Amino acid sequence: MITTLTRIPVANYSNLKARAGYSLKINQTEIALFKVTNGKVYALENHSPHPKGGVLSEGLVSGEYVYCPVYDWKISLVDGRVQGPDEGQVRTFKVEREEDIVFIVL
Amino acid sequence: MRKLVMIGNGMAGVRTIEEILKQSPEQFEITIFGQEPYPNYNRIKLSNILQGDTNFDEIIINPLDWYKENNIQLFTGETVANIDVEAKRVISNQGREVDYDELIIATGSNSFILPIPGADKKGVTGFRDIQDCEMIIKSAEQYKKAVVIGGGLLGLEAARGLLNLGMKVDVVHLMPHLMERQLDPIASSLLRAELESQGMNFLMEKETVEILGDERVTGLRFKDGSEVEADLVVMAIGIKSNTAVAKNSGIYVNRGIVVNDFMETSVPNVYAVGECAEHREIVYGLVAPLYEQGKVLAERICGGEAKPYAGSVTGTQLKVAGVDLFSAGEIFEDGSTKSIMIYNEYEGIYKRVLTRNNLIVGIVLYGDTKDSTKLFRMLTKKEDISGVSIFQTECSGSGASDDIASMPNDELVCGCNGVTKGAIVEAIQTQGLTTLDQVSHCTNAGRSCGRCKPMVSSILAHTLGDQFDSAAAQKTSICSCTTISREELVAEIKAKGLTSVKEVMNVLEWNNEEGCTKCRPAINYYLGMIHMDEYKDDRDSRLVNEKMHANIQKDGTYSVVPRMYGGVTTAADLKKIAEVAEKYNVPLVKLTGGQRIGLFGVKKEDLPAMWEELDMPSGYAYGKTLRTVKTCVGAQFCRYGTQDSMALGIELEKKFERLDTPHKVKMGVSACPRNCSEAGIKDIGFVGIDGGWEIYVAGNGGVDLRPGDLLCTVKTQAEVMKMTGAYLQYYRETANYLERTSKWVERVGLDHVKEVLADEETRKALNERMNQTLKKYIEPWNEAIQNEEIQDKYYAQHTIKVGE
Repeated sequence: MITTLTRIPVANYSNLKARAGYSLKINQTEIALFKVTNGKVYALENHSPHPKGGVLSEGLVSGEYVYCPVYDWKISLVDGRVQGPDEGQVRTFKVEREEDIVFIVL
Repeated sequence: MRKLVMIGNGMAGVRTIEEILKQSPEQFEITIFGQEPYPNYNRIKLSNILQGDTNFDEIIINPLDWYKENNIQLFTGETVANIDVEAKRVISNQGREVDYDELIIATGSNSFILPIPGADKKGVTGFRDIQDCEMIIKSAEQYKKAVVIGGGLLGLEAARGLLNLGMKVDVVHLMPHLMERQLDPIASSLLRAELESQGMNFLMEKETVEILGDERVTGLRFKDGSEVEADLVVMAIGIKSNTAVAKNSGIYVNRGIVVNDFMETSVPNVYAVGECAEHREIVYGLVAPLYEQGKVLAERICGGEAKPYAGSVTGTQLKVAGVDLFSAGEIFEDGSTKSIMIYNEYEGIYKRVLTRNNLIVGIVLYGDTKDSTKLFRMLTKKEDISGVSIFQTECSGSGASDDIASMPNDELVCGCNGVTKGAIVEAIQTQGLTTLDQVSHCTNAGRSCGRCKPMVSSILAHTLGDQFDSAAAQKTSICSCTTISREELVAEIKAKGLTSVKEVMNVLEWNNEEGCTKCRPAINYYLGMIHMDEYKDDRDSRLVNEKMHANIQKDGTYSVVPRMYGGVTTAADLKKIAEVAEKYNVPLVKLTGGQRIGLFGVKKEDLPAMWEELDMPSGYAYGKTLRTVKTCVGAQFCRYGTQDSMALGIELEKKFERLDTPHKVKMGVSACPRNCSEAGIKDIGFVGIDGGWEIYVAGNGGVDLRPGDLLCTVKTQAEVMKMTGAYLQYYRETANYLERTSKWVERVGLDHVKEVLADEETRKALNERMNQTLKKYIEPWNEAIQNEEIQDKYYAQHTIKVGE
């Protein structure tokens, strides 16, 4: 299988507000984009690993974590890991920034 | 891939599959047959369902999605009728044939039903699965008198559940003492006295010989000729391994399906695990040994080096009808044993340790089980007890600390959630925890039955050493980000003049810089309550529904519920709602419980446009605020109405809409005591009488069903508004965030609230603060329509297509 890395421009950095989640759809993949207080931007699949699911983009952001808005799981934005006592992991996407453009690498 | 088939879909079997998937996820193509029409659920919790503490969804361990995700083919409601051990194939009762390379029999057990005349009558049941549970709950709606046969753990749990369901309960027991396999006569008589005080009636040393009645049971007859009435009979005398399929297929069966130390049956490639299996002549019925068996079997099947299963020594930690019990090892004294006892009849505490040759061989603890982990360890590890004090006494604070120090890190502290001492210590050290509450939040220890809380508290004290502050540790902090309580937070905000969520977390030294979903909404509320119209709301500290001004549904769509003051609408508004619903293909249009119309299943990005076209204010169906004011038709049209209920309802809703409150607030206005608006179960309910209004408070129609209490009776609509404003403001200022009015009134006392509101000056001051607060609110849907920044931040969905 040939895999090509694609870099997709998704947002202007200056338009993103800190501690907010944005929902994007790239082809069929729903992605939640977060800018945190320290200025970093993270991208995760917009789907909680909780058995009953739910989106993440509307969750409360605290430091480098987001709380799933439906079941309140605490999820690391850095590696997608669900924090104890719950378990699971969300797919993360690489984010790159050039000047004011934010890219997601697929 | 090799084919693995499992007959049975219960706790022991599915745990084995989980272990197999963990060890070797790609090795097998798995098929499971389950007799019950459900995925794997926690059978232990059935008594909690009966007792009304939980529901079926809550006790599912592996939801259907889990089977799907792990590519397990699950056939529910289907049993295996025969195993062709030569061809290595199972045949189901529906004629389905499935080949296997390895076969696990995990068919569990059935309730043992006494083989006596009448046992097949209607109203006679075991207590083993969901179906039994449902049957019992249904019977309780119709019938009054239940008899439980069997005074063991299961029987007593069932009896407690039947009491909760409002039935009269007799417990019939063959032996002279309850739970004689776990308890000695003293503990057993203490338990009996406690349960009798809860309302159970015991018929001891009675052997049931016949169940009486025609089609349905009407009573029981005992061997001594006496009889007792019954509309429902629950048999809880024990379990019988379910071995039929193994036996029919030529597999060796004794009491259970006989297995060796690797859970292998007499036939190659066929294994048995759980309550259907007999290992070294023992059939286990507790979950811990079954899980141990599952682990050994998984290793064996996956081809790893399996450590042989050598049987389990079981210690039983139980809670029967609110009483803590622990039992392990031998129960009865013989010539070679010596007992160490504490017996405090006054406090209902009894402890006895049975020793032989300086070793503990049996433990019975009643009423206080905090020594159980230590004693059980001494029993299983055969520790010499010479010179060791067996029981902790009240004043030996340092002794307790020594116990914690000597406790190995892998020792289980919270049995419910599998939390070890090591995990607790690590959480305390790495996350800087200082209160019991925080430890529970972070590790789950103590969150289920709560029996281990004293132990967790000791571990906390030991780990923190001198830094441990026992008063602070018991305090209920707002969340695990801080140790301060609600009262301290409010006092600090006022004293230090803190004005933003961030500042609060900063100045009060939150250990988690940006807080969590528990503290941020709470701080935001308290700031708004204290600073009234001067506080700028922190929208990102609100949780999803309030942040979005719409209710999130489980699939990520939202609902839109426009305001319909007092439940009164117009033809024009209805048309508008209909047009919007049609235009945006709204999947569900429903009348809500609060007399208005909800549009459900709306996509996030459609929200602002729909709001604009509706051109109606938000109904705040999502907020910790005034939801609706439900009204009856009242004096305008109804011949019974004594007051204009619609007018009052509309005035109330217009005045208090959007107000932030600690939790949601619902109101109802009825024009006469027939109370068509159900004002008796609202946070505030108004009932019109001749010449005035009765005001009821603290009613609740939800989780915490509670009728309202009469606060006062007033003469005019203006007085109603003043009293309501004062009451609501007092609630806002003194309740904990997320505390409903029903809980708040019970905490502070109705008389206290009446006393505060009796003073006219106080009422006036409260109303002034209320009115100042109300000034700050603006309509949020309209705000979103006007403000592009809000739209982009909260409601936009950016769709990007690649490579086109």
